[in-house]
Amino acid sequence: MALLEVRDLRVVFQRRGTEPFTAVDGVSFDVDPGQTVGLVGESGCGKSVTSLAIMGLLPSRGNKVTGSVRFEGTDLLTLNDKEMRNRRGRDLGMVFQDPLSSLNPVIPIGLQVTEVLERHRGMSRKAAMVEAADLLGRVGIPDPQRRLSEYPHQLSGGMRQRALIAIALACRPRLLIADEPTTALDVTIQAQILALLKELVRDMGTALIMITHDLGVVAGLCDEVNVLYGGRVVEKAARYPLFADPRHPYTHGLLASIPRLDGARGEKLVPIKGSVADNIPWDHGCAFAPRCPNALAVCREVTPELEAGDVRSLRCHNPVLPGTPAAQEVPA
Amino acid sequence: MTSLLKRKQQRVDALAESAGTSLAADAVRRMLRSPVALIGAFLVLLFLVLAIIAPFIAPKDPYQRYPELLEDLRPDFIPGPMPGFLLGGDELGRDFFSRLLVGAQQSLIVGVGATLIGLVLGMLIGGAAGAFGGWVDSWLMRFTDIMLSIPSLLLAISIAALASRGSQTTVIIAVAVTTVPIFARLLRGAMLAQRHSDHVLAATALGVRRRTVVFRHMLPNSLGPVIVQSTLTLATAIIEAASLSFLGLGDPDPSRAEWGLMLGNSQRYIDVKPELAFYPAIAIIIVALGFTLLGESLREALDPKNRR
Ligand SMILES: Nc1ncnc2c1ncn2[C@@H]1O[C@H](COP(=O)(O)OP(=O)(O)OP(=O)(O)O)[C@@H](O)[C@H]1O
Ligand code: SF4
Ligand SMILES: [Mg+2]
Repeated sequence: MALLEVRDLRVVFQRRGTEPFTAVDGVSFDVDPGQTVGLVGESGCGKSVTSLAIMGLLPSRGNKVTGSVRFEGTDLLTLNDKEMRNRRGRDLGMVFQDPLSSLNPVIPIGLQVTEVLERHRGMSRKAAMVEAADLLGRVGIPDPQRRLSEYPHQLSGGMRQRALIAIALACRPRLLIADEPTTALDVTIQAQILALLKELVRDMGTALIMITHDLGVVAGLCDEVNVLYGGRVVEKAARYPLFADPRHPYTHGLLASIPRLDGARGEKLVPIKGSVADNIPWDHGCAFAPRCPNALAVCREVTPELEAGDVRSLRCHNPVLPGTPAAQEVPA
Repeated sequence: MTSLLKRKQQRVDALAESAGTSLAADAVRRMLRSPVALIGAFLVLLFLVLAIIAPFIAPKDPYQRYPELLEDLRPDFIPGPMPGFLLGGDELGRDFFSRLLVGAQQSLIVGVGATLIGLVLGMLIGGAAGAFGGWVDSWLMRFTDIMLSIPSLLLAISIAALASRGSQTTVIIAVAVTTVPIFARLLRGAMLAQRHSDHVLAATALGVRRRTVVFRHMLPNSLGPVIVQSTLTLATAIIEAASLSFLGLGDPDPSRAEWGLMLGNSQRYIDVKPELAFYPAIAIIIVALGFTLLGESLREALDPKNRR
């Protein structure tokens, strides 16, 4: 049994007077302690909604969550609000995208670290302050004692994200979800934060769900990758087979659209044509069909199922053949 | 000229720096650099000081009728300035200047009293609506919407008229009631915005107790607009209180020195001695202007968009 088992997770948003919208459509994956699992895909493919559903943080009204999220055998979706509050911050931690807006602007950093220690570890304010300084030091914040009394706007972006990681890991949760933790940061800082996450996850044996649209992040960090499109997993594989030999046209396109250090000179970057705005629902054929260079007639009629193989699971009628170079743009 | 300005700005910056670099200090620094804020603050400060020390610096007893002023008092003549009586007498032979001074105190008491009561009640209602949401929110907001739909002066007049005998307390309560829905709406709106903010989501993701989320994460971040509104409300409260007195809905005791009442009583003598109406009116306008300028620049200073 894995630490976290997500099975057939489905999130449907339904506002009065609007069509129901399925943001996450039958997503399943496992995460083991010390393992990093990536959720990858373009903006709007349902990454954040998946993580919020796992954390029980979706708004209480206007959506329906089905499937199961088993954490050490307990289905988190069946817990009530109080039980979830006891687990959040203690068993499950989360790091958000924008470090500035994720911190309370009017209270000092120290209080935001001690808050979670007092809440879940029953520490006194004094003991928590000592621990907080220690935690800030451990995530690489210089002069942590002084930082405790500073306000979020006095810290640099990277420093803020370090503080948020310290807060999320303060109670040593067994699962950490990082939702695009580096998107708001400079490139050099991004690398530092990723290295820090990698180190902490290794040292603490924390299971990490890494949410990103950046395949570079995936390549450096994830053991297993789930590629999402339109709320569904389209390809699932370990890091190496995914990068070396992407089989789904969408994954293939994603990889072709990022620069490679080992790429031949003059090799062109090929963007995936269209955008998620072209999304059609999955009920009648493949949602990626309008943008897919491999699309066949059957793609627009029969919805492909996720088929598990030895190395990967794949949802596609006409996968890219092994070793195919980046797809060229097909004339419309 | 510009270098002088720069030096002053640097000094101000240094001052704010030494006061800590919290958000409040940041706002103070921006306030100190804005001429509008300084004018507003100066007017407000002047009013506060005068209102507080008025009884001690008033050259004459504001309630006493002086023989010197009564001597020439006729229906078509009210004495102007004379030695010992800076602005001359009023329609009953009292010292006009001393009464103007003491009137500041009356306005301050009514303005602050009404604003404080309105603030407390409004924050209770708005805070509850923002913290609980759901049906608590819809019912409380329906209630405030009804109150808001009645023009505030009309509402104040109705409430003041309900009292069998006008008094300063009824004026304070009447004006306070009209400010309640404004404070309630403001705090509720700010708290709802906070409820959907990233840092409240982040705190919730840490399992922080609901109570802590409300009092530590939502409420303190929602106070800015309420503070601004309090300043602006002081201005309208003073005007409304004066209007009620003017209409005879305040304390009927004619000896009281109160700008609205003075304005009302001097109406009949507007041809004889226009200053009797002019000075109280100017006083009300200047004070209201001071609070409004201060409030508006506070709003600007607290606006997160202006944060560096
Ligand atoms: N509260 C909500 N109500 C209705 N629809 C929502 C809500 N939250 C998200 N959605 C929709 O669900 C879809 C998935 O959103 P999600 O935030 O998970 O995307 P994402 O993959 O995290 O994208 P990004 O990279 O931009 O963060 C989007 O189309 C979004 O409009
Ligand atoms: S199913 Fe068809 S349209 Fe969809 S990705 Fe595969 S080839 Fe492309
Ligand atoms: Mg997202």
